[in-house]
This record gives sequence, C-alpha cells and structure tokens, in this order.
Amino acid sequence: MSRIFVAGIGAVSPAGWNIAALRAALDRGELLPVQSLERPGWKNPLRARLVPPARPEFLSHPRLRRTSPITHYTASAALEAAAGLRASPAAKNVRLGIVVCLQSGCVQYSCRFYEETLKNPATASPLVFPETVYAAPASHVAALLENVALACSLVGDPSAFLQGVLLGAQWLEENRVDACLVIGAEETNWITADALRLLDRPAVISAGAGALCLCREEKSGVELSAVTDAHTYTAKINHAQAARAMRAQLKISTNELLCDGLGNHSRADAAERAAWRDWPGPRVSPKRIFGEGLMAAAAWQCVAACDAVAGGKFTAASVSLVGSNQQAIGARFEKSRPFDA
Amino acid sequence: MLFPTTSLPRTPDRVVITGAGIVTALGIGWKSNAKGFRTGRVAFRPVTLFDVSRNRAKTAAEADLPPNLPPTHLNARQIFRLDRAGKMLLLAACEAWEQAGWQPSENLPLVLGTTGGGMALGENYFRQATQQPQRQRAQATRAVYYQPQVQARMILDALDFSGPITIVSNACASGGNAIGHAWELIRSGQAERVVAGGYDALCEMVFSGFDSLQALSTTVCRPFDARRDGLALGEGAAIFTLETLESARGRGAKILGELIGYGTAIDQHHLTQPQPQGSTTLAVMKQACASAGVTPEEIDYVNAHGTGTALNDSSEALAIAEWAGPRVASLPVSSTKAGIGHLLGAAGAVEAAVCLMTLREQWLPPEIEFETPDPACKFPVVKNPTDARVNIALSNSFGFGGVNATLIFRRWT
Repeated sequence: MSRIFVAGIGAVSPAGWNIAALRAALDRGELLPVQSLERPGWKNPLRARLVPPARPEFLSHPRLRRTSPITHYTASAALEAAAGLRASPAAKNVRLGIVVCLQSGCVQYSCRFYEETLKNPATASPLVFPETVYAAPASHVAALLENVALACSLVGDPSAFLQGVLLGAQWLEENRVDACLVIGAEETNWITADALRLLDRPAVISAGAGALCLCREEKSGVELSAVTDAHTYTAKINHAQAARAMRAQLKISTNELLCDGLGNHSRADAAERAAWRDWPGPRVSPKRIFGEGLMAAAAWQCVAACDAVAGGKFTAASVSLVGSNQQAIGARFEKSRPFDA
Repeated sequence: MLFPTTSLPRTPDRVVITGAGIVTALGIGWKSNAKGFRTGRVAFRPVTLFDVSRNRAKTAAEADLPPNLPPTHLNARQIFRLDRAGKMLLLAACEAWEQAGWQPSENLPLVLGTTGGGMALGENYFRQATQQPQRQRAQATRAVYYQPQVQARMILDALDFSGPITIVSNACASGGNAIGHAWELIRSGQAERVVAGGYDALCEMVFSGFDSLQALSTTVCRPFDARRDGLALGEGAAIFTLETLESARGRGAKILGELIGYGTAIDQHHLTQPQPQGSTTLAVMKQACASAGVTPEEIDYVNAHGTGTALNDSSEALAIAEWAGPRVASLPVSSTKAGIGHLLGAAGAVEAAVCLMTLREQWLPPEIEFETPDPACKFPVVKNPTDARVNIALSNSFGFGGVNATLIFRRWT
C-alpha cells in the first residue's frame, strides 16, 4: 500500500481567490454577505454568495479566453495547489493527473446556449456549446498545466469529491502519475439558485473551487490516512443511516478537528446533524460561512481540514460528507507519520 | 474502508464479462442489435423527440422504447420519474443482470459514463422556469432526477444491490472510461465484481449544439469516407457485468468475453478537435495493447471512434496506420456510428458490446453507406456483411475535452 500525501491546497470562494482568504473567513466565522441574483420572469431576485470579480493572469492563455467562471475557479485552485510542485526545477518532468469533480457543472453556458437554442437553433453560438460539457474545465486546466498525463471528470453529489480523491490516490498507487490534482468546482447561475430554493429554501447558493494536490512524497506534513466506505443511499439505507455508518468508520477523537457539511438550516442537514449531534470536539463548517457551494463546498471542507493540519492547529482533521442524493462518505487527514512508523 | 486499500501486491485478476445489455435505435437487447449490426442496418429517421425544423440536420437514430419496463424492485412512483435516459439505462442493466445471473448483494460498485444524465428533464426545468416563471409544479422533482447519480441509484434499487456509484463524464469517451475504470477496480483487487457501462438520450440542446458546430451530417453519416460531411446523433445504453475469472468460474457463469486491455490519456490540442496526427490516439492504443500484452498483428478488428467528421476520422486513421504498421493493410476497421449514430456518453459502452458480438458470433459490422476511402485510411473499411475469425477486438472512444480511451477484448472459447 502506498502512502498518499497532500503536497498543496488551493481555493476560490466567496471570500476570495486563494487559501488565505478562505482561511481568514473561516477564522472570523462571520457569514459572508449575500448578493442578489436576477431570475428571469421574477421581480424579486434570488440570493447568492458570489465569488468576488477578478481577472487572474492565467486567463491570457489562449485556451482560457472564452471559458466560463467554473473553469477560472478550477484553474485558479489547481494552480495554487500545484504551486510548490511547479516551482521545482524538475516540474516539467512531473506527470500530472487531474480529477475534476462537479455537481451542476458548466451551468452558465448551458443556460445561455439552451436559451439561444429555444430562440433559434440556427443562430445558437457554436463557441458556447463546447463549453457546456462537464469535461470542459478539466480539458482547459490540462492545456494550461501542459504536462498532464491523465484527466477525468466525475459527476455526483458533493460527496463524490472523495471519490475523486480516491481516483487520484489510485493513479498514484499504480504509478501512472507523479502528482494528482483533485478539484471540486461549481459556478453560480440563477437556475442552480432556483433549484436550491425549491429543495432547501433557506440555503444560499455559492460557487468557487477547492483543490488538493496529492503525491507519494511527503511535502506539506499532511497525509491522507483514511477514506470510509461510500454509504450509498438506497431503498434500504436512508441518509441518516448512511451518515451514522460513515461516522462510525471515521474513528475521530475529540481533540481532532471535524470539518462538516452543515449549513445554517436544519432540513437538508438533518442526517448529518443527527450523526454528529453528540460531537463535543472542535468543528468547522465552511458552508455556514460561504453558502451552499455544492461540489466546491465539499472541496472547501477537505481544504480546510488539510490547512488546519498543515498549520499545526490540529494533529488530524476529519471530513464528513453527507451528500444530498448519493451517499455519505468521510475522510481523515493527519500530520504525516515518519516512514518507519 | 476505501482507503487505505488492504490489497497486497499480486498478479492482477483476469476480468471477464458475464452479462451485457444493450439499447440502441436498432432495438432493445443483444439479439435485435446483433442482427442489425451484422447486416449494417442504418437506423436514422426524422427526429420526433423535439422540434428540428430550424436546424440544419433533421435526422437522428431514435430508440423505440417499450411501453412497459421489465419487472424490478422499483415502485410505481420511481418508474414514473424515470426519463428517457433512465429507461434506456434500466433496460440495459436488467438485460445484463439477468444474463449474468447475479443475485442482490452489497458492496457492488456501479460505474457509469454519461454526458447528459437526465438532460431532457433539465431542459424541461429551464423551459418552465423561463416560460412560466411563476409555475413551480414538478420543478423540484426535475431538479433531483436529472442528476446522473440519482438515475444510477434507481439501478441499485431496481436490481436490489448497493455499492459505490461513480459517474464518469469525459464527454464521448465516458462509456469507454467507465468500463476501463471498472476493469481497474477489479484488477487492483478493490472489487471482485462491477456493473459498468454508459447511457445517453437524445435531447434538444445537444442536438442543436452539434448542429451549431456544423458537425452534423446533412446527407448520410459515412465515417472514413472521403465524402463524409459530419456525424449523426443517436441514443442508447449498454451495461455490462464484469467479474474476476475466478468468480465467474466459481459459479459456473457463461462468459461472453474477456476485457484484456485499457488505455486512456488526454489530448491537450483543442477542446473539440483532435491533434491532427492522432498522437494521443496512438498513445492510448499502444497503452491498451501493452496492458493487454498483445501486438497490432494480433488484433482482428478495430471498432473505430469514427464519427464521420473530417477532423476526427483523418486523425484517427493516421493514428491507426501508425500504430498498426504493416498490419494496417489487412486490418478490418469500421465505425458502427454509421448505423446508430454517435451515442456520446453511451458510445464507448455500446461499441464495447459490438466488439463482444463480433467475438461471440464471428462477424464484422459493416458500414453499408461507405463508398470512397479517405486517403488517410490505409486500412480496409468493412463495407459488406462479413463473417470472420475474430479473436481480439479493439474499440476506440474520444471525447470533447480530449480524453481518449481504448478497450481491448478477447474471445472466450
């Protein structure tokens, strides 16, 4: 069995375009302000926590000129997570893997293209359509990073981010890549805000990305020590049962950090809230601060866990992902052990 | 626990296929599809699922779905919520499951490839939200059931099994990658059995998307023909039950074929265009052969990605020629997209099923409309129904975004 380390982390969130902004917002613990999102046909806007506007330098890359925000977030988080790796003189020889995990995916261009189609398919933009596919962000980031050997886009509820981590770990174990970026990303659009309003009325949609750079060598003092089974929801296993089973496998002790997926409301979080009701230890809940970032929120949880361990605040941190409609799954990151341990 | 893995270094298990289910415009199930592929039947017809009056292209390969679905553990409400894509997925999964003779179980992974999941439900959501903005009826259900992981869960419930769900969405390579990922899960010892495949239904946005790119043929879909003018879209699903040889033998299962090789890589040339010389295609074909332990001389048939677009087919033809070397002059190649269209996320899976058919029934699927070879084609394109000795077949799948996948299958005797 190979050991898997976290060589770097990256994030884009409503707090800003880097880990420092995410960390500062989590440390402050104050809810970020809510902005308005116009919905067609409605006088009253929907609510969202938006990523602050920015024009990162990498957008001058020819492949990224027409891309939508989800690609910008994915690329920014990936570059930040891989910064240490890319600074090495041997960076060009590193075989990179990219796993991009999404739930809503490229909704901005999808809505735009379908709106154009309904108006008149004969004039719908051929430049927009290719950007609607789930695989677009991974493709653009691969072109940006250049030395990418393997890439895969996974779709699912937010819990699927840990399946992305497992896929990256598998590629590393099989020596098919030297490092693997696992990125969870989403972009904001009125249609996702509208759907979220129907499914979880108090929640506020948000967007961004989080990235982990996995490798086989110890780089940051953080090690992936466990991923639980995927407790899939079925006719026989409900969310609450799955969440309890996940918690039972995590074996987290009370001096360790829990990075959970709770927001500021009860209905959608009921299963996870119940599973951790008696948790007496420290916890951080990124969605309380940043809003419902879907796959990006799952990535923020993992990034926050790794950051807490890397910064020496905790010797271990566990992530609880109780997805909306797929599964409950958890992971544990810890201060890396000496190799002979 | 999924990590750390407990498997020790070992010789990878051999992976065999014991069940296959298929839905295309040629029919429902192995038998009707095998008959259609063997004779090169062309299944395109005017699109009826949505309005194409203002599009350039007017035809596609629509599947005719039965009025009733096979009996499963799904309740009436779940069946009511299945969209077209979900129904095709269920039909294919039921056929594969029944053929394999698998029993309900836990910890059985499901790996699916799709580009759109329940895209048609998403389209309905958008139309209602924009055209009747105050109307909320059925919107919450659409918002949940368009998601592919929810459609995947329906398969678990229908067949009464549980396990991790993985949804691969590498555009048109998704089906091939899903099967390849399943192969890796078994070979690495992470699973003894996996259900895997791909599915996609025709929908208005994707049809208009390819039409806007002027990638759809307005005449006849003719992959590798010098006069080709684009691809044609289709829909369908193919699902397989994969298991270790030991597992299959242990229960006396009928083995349909062996999956012996897989290669995948990403072409960084362009979002929608392959590298013109086919360098990534060449690399994945070599990778798949290396993992299978076979040489191009041993391949008896190539089911090409062969979309019928100018750029794809010339790039793939150059890659096949380079990879095959002297073998290319006698290597039979065809693209079954000529008959059923491009099935996007289902393409790699359905074409894997075609490879299994050629191996089991010893024929090659022809492209009936093929006439004039593109100059880049150094191989013979199968253009007439042909009986042939086929021991090893290779299938290529490439997607928007650049992910390429190659699968290699061996006949089981």
